[in-house]
Amino acid sequence: MASGIKDKVAILGMGCSRFGERWNDNAEDLMIEAFIEALEDAGIEKSSIDAAWFGTGIEEEHVGKSAVPLSMALRLPNIPVTRVENYCASGSEAFRGAVYAVASGACDIALALGVEKLKDTGYGGLPQRNRGSVNDMFWANASAPGSFAQLASAYSAKHGVSKEDMKKAMAHISVKSHDNGSRNPKAHLRNQINEEKVMNAPMIAEPLGLFDCCGVSDGSACAIVTTPEIAKALGKKDLITVKAMQLSASNGREAQHNSWDGSHFVTTRAAANRAYKEAGITKPRDQVSLFEVHDCFSITELVTMEDLFISDEGNAVKDIMNGFFDADGEIPCQIDGGLKCFGHPIGASGLRMIYEMYLQMNGRAGDRQRSEEPVFGMTHNLGGFPHQNVCSLTIVGKEGA
Amino acid sequence: MDVGILAYGGYIPQSRLQRSEIAKAHSWFNPGLNGLAKGERAMANWDEDSVTMAVEAARDCLGDTDRDVISAVYLASTSFPFNDRQNAGIVADALNLKSGLQTMDFSSSQRAGSAGLSLALQVAKGNADPVLYTTAEKRETRAASPLEFTSGDGAAAFLVGQGKVIAKLLASHTEAVDFVDHFRGEGETYDYSWEERWVRDEGYLKIVPAAIAAVLEQSGVDPSAITTFCFPVAAKRIAASLAKQMGFPETSVADNLQANCGETGTAHSMVMLAQALQNSKPGDKILVASFGQGSDALLFEVTDEIANLTPRMGITGYLARRYAETNYNKYLAFHDLINLERGIRAETDKKTGLTTLYRNKNMAQRMLGGKCTQCGTAQFPKSNMCVNENCGAVHTQEDYPFADRIARVNSFTADRLTYSPDPPAYYGMVQFEEGGRLMSDFTDISPESEVEVGMAMRMVFRVKDYDNKRGFRRYFWKATPVAAAQKGE
Repeated sequence: MASGIKDKVAILGMGCSRFGERWNDNAEDLMIEAFIEALEDAGIEKSSIDAAWFGTGIEEEHVGKSAVPLSMALRLPNIPVTRVENYCASGSEAFRGAVYAVASGACDIALALGVEKLKDTGYGGLPQRNRGSVNDMFWANASAPGSFAQLASAYSAKHGVSKEDMKKAMAHISVKSHDNGSRNPKAHLRNQINEEKVMNAPMIAEPLGLFDCCGVSDGSACAIVTTPEIAKALGKKDLITVKAMQLSASNGREAQHNSWDGSHFVTTRAAANRAYKEAGITKPRDQVSLFEVHDCFSITELVTMEDLFISDEGNAVKDIMNGFFDADGEIPCQIDGGLKCFGHPIGASGLRMIYEMYLQMNGRAGDRQRSEEPVFGMTHNLGGFPHQNVCSLTIVGKEGA
Repeated sequence: MDVGILAYGGYIPQSRLQRSEIAKAHSWFNPGLNGLAKGERAMANWDEDSVTMAVEAARDCLGDTDRDVISAVYLASTSFPFNDRQNAGIVADALNLKSGLQTMDFSSSQRAGSAGLSLALQVAKGNADPVLYTTAEKRETRAASPLEFTSGDGAAAFLVGQGKVIAKLLASHTEAVDFVDHFRGEGETYDYSWEERWVRDEGYLKIVPAAIAAVLEQSGVDPSAITTFCFPVAAKRIAASLAKQMGFPETSVADNLQANCGETGTAHSMVMLAQALQNSKPGDKILVASFGQGSDALLFEVTDEIANLTPRMGITGYLARRYAETNYNKYLAFHDLINLERGIRAETDKKTGLTTLYRNKNMAQRMLGGKCTQCGTAQFPKSNMCVNENCGAVHTQEDYPFADRIARVNSFTADRLTYSPDPPAYYGMVQFEEGGRLMSDFTDISPESEVEVGMAMRMVFRVKDYDNKRGFRRYFWKATPVAAAQKGE
């Protein structure tokens, strides 16, 4: 029986570029911005890094294939560098590679960096692209919002929630994330909005309007990890360690087998059960202090709070409307603005979530600092479509917690 | 052994462009068009062409007929999607027919539709196994041309053969006359037409009577015994003049469907024949004649077997499945008659690997999925490993056709972000009642239909993507709401 990752790896330093429309920066510029912050935070020399993992999703829009772009951008000294891609969970995959490398003893210090440069397409939203030569023959002409929007129709039908109540709960999510994003200097979207604005916004994919969709951004985020022993030897105190890292990938059941009702994520539930077990968390609603979930769309956040077993099935709308996940609620969700407002540079997003947990736990989150000291923080990074996806969960927390 | 028609089917696209809207756009230029501004014309959806419409008519015609007995598939049209790739072959593939089959395209004349049937009947005379005869038209017309008003899109299909025919062929005759009233030269998209009065006096009223007289003589049928006279020309009163000239009863003149459909090009004589059969009773004598570099005339007698034919949607059913399209700009956009700004998202390359297509043809064109012989789970697409988590058996999948199965909507959306020629793009998860599911494009979601979780959908064969760079198009199946008549209501 595997013992899991709990407390075997500590975060030595983290960095994150400003997210947004970085018209005048190449992906390499964003990578350097995040890396320098992480390196200074870690207090080490570049030469101490034994290996690196590079996460990016839509490389054809910026750096092209392979890990070489990272190695060249950061002038890494011919160390092993691996490129990983797993849809929008690519950043978390880079982190998993680095964490597992340290946990295995293969490396003392490892780097995970994610980047995406999406604002060179000439239009808003994610790039319209081919999905593979066989898939293109039969896959629906689906966009990301159109795929996730369907959660709403299936959820409404299953739980008997009216369209109006769904739309209001989704609006609450977006208003909350804009409030949070307004307090984050690195966020892409820093304006506050109200429910009326969300409800009256242009329709993107029914029932998702413009403000139900996250920002598509340029940006990079980065983590340097090591063992708790080395971190302490380097003078670090109050370590933030990795408590759990779980990934779950669809096997075709949701897409092809009639046992899935379309209202939730099969993968998130599978990964969540394993992650809580790995972290030793038995009552997540009472024990987890902060969430950063993959709020690519407001509806995703809504169903995810059930899939992570925080809200009982069918009760997310109630929790959301009660302010349970607001910045001053019982468990803040997206205290940094989330994908919605911090932004969503695909390959960087998973690492950006962990960056926020790291800042909050170190009391360095500025205007948006949670007053109640966080113990466990959980990040949820999703890639793909509700009917075929990968879900990556990470729990970080205070060493020994 | 009698030879004739064993079954009929029809198809008319549901969108009906209001002719008043066309006139509104163009009467500033040609006030004469106001005279054509009445009624509506059938307008194919952006993902329909002659092949897809022929497939729908054929499915209507075949009902639950054993498809393995079909010995040939013919398709007549002057608007084929492919000049070199047999269009009838695509129809046969979509219908999941066996490969031991004769397939043939008929074209190059407004008479191809009737000539094809005439030939199919001759083939059937010497062949115990029936021929599936289809014809369809999606004619391109210039903006502000009279043809734009009078044309419509549609298809008809007939199962032709021996035995229990619903309509027995009494006689057929062809007059071949190189009378050029209009033409469409090589590489040209649109027709070039000559003066209507000349066409009427020297064409319709001289050439057609010769063909009709020949079938009357051959069959010995008295003109007064003709119950239904189908003549497909859009121009007013021509059919009535011919009927009078030939001595047919006034009541025999069949509606040329100008008011609610338009002339479906070379398919129109056959569309009218399909409707005549739908409205017929045993003993009726139906005479169908066509016009195009001569004239074909075919005379049928309806038999008692017509009472045993299970109801078809037919032309009548599809004409009733309609909504009024009042946006002429949409028609212009569907036919590339305006240079629409489609946005950068429309630039995605839709190249199809021909190896990929051939290898996956059963999936993409026949909609064959798999069924596990071990656990009985149906899945789409077929794969070498069962999707059922409690099974997972390897190499247990048998071909399992999905195209004619009813599915229900599990989740859906109307997407305004993704590029679609007709936004919003509707799609969603559909779940087949006997197992299997698919995240499927939806099509023919009319402004009057409300999509809901749980609603019944049927699959239709449509254009999935146009590859305009290379002149290719790929087909796949899409889900569309089941029409009331198809529910058996």
